[in-house]
Amino acid sequence: MAKSHKPIIWGLFAGGGMVSAFVTPVMILITGLAVPFHLISREAMSYDRVHAFASNPIGKLLLFVVIFLPAWHAAHRLRITAHDFGLRQDIPIAVVLYVTAAVGTIMTISALLKM
Amino acid sequence: MMGRKPYIREVSKTTWWLKHPRYMNYMLREVTSLFIGLYTAVAIDGVWRLQQGREAWEHFIAWTFSTEAVFMHIVFLVFAVIHTTTWFNVTPKAMPMHVGDEPLPDAAIIGAHYAGWVVVSVLALLIAGK
Repeated sequence: MAKSHKPIIWGLFAGGGMVSAFVTPVMILITGLAVPFHLISREAMSYDRVHAFASNPIGKLLLFVVIFLPAWHAAHRLRITAHDFGLRQDIPIAVVLYVTAAVGTIMTISALLKM
Repeated sequence: MMGRKPYIREVSKTTWWLKHPRYMNYMLREVTSLFIGLYTAVAIDGVWRLQQGREAWEHFIAWTFSTEAVFMHIVFLVFAVIHTTTWFNVTPKAMPMHVGDEPLPDAAIIGAHYAGWVVVSVLALLIAGK
């Protein structure tokens, strides 16, 4: 059988879709809405506390998984969605989306490794 | 050679999904990826600022108090929840499960995902808020 890169992309799409389904809503709450709406205190999201979380190996791994998988899920699904909206330049669209996801992944890894 | 002109239905490549509620539901489900992607970019920005230092992180948190950031995050949240519910609702088709020879009922598979979602969300909020 001919080798294909499809299973990798598909695995990232499915795994990312599942991780996103479970954690993205609560992540949006925590990082974007809980502090302004006083659901959690501003101190809970203080530099010292969040930095300590990102410095811990388990915290690092958790942050990596909940960021990189949804990024690849979104990139792959947006590629298909672009087609559904009548954009038929699949290759340039795929390149832009996957490169964006790759840059985001590399930024996340390098930021997490510095903490 | 074709004996007669074949019938080709005219379908718009850009607006076909407006023709039927089922197509609109499909598109609503698929466009959630745009908002998951945009929020993920915000999250990456947050991690990047955290790595830059205290001042950069404080700027990021201060920004979340702005009207546009609150509006953006509410939109992200709405689409993220649509993603979650539509994703969970197809799990019996995407990964059918069996107990022995008996297929697990759809409601059990979907219900387990929703229960897990509630547990994960509540735990995450409790840990984040101390």
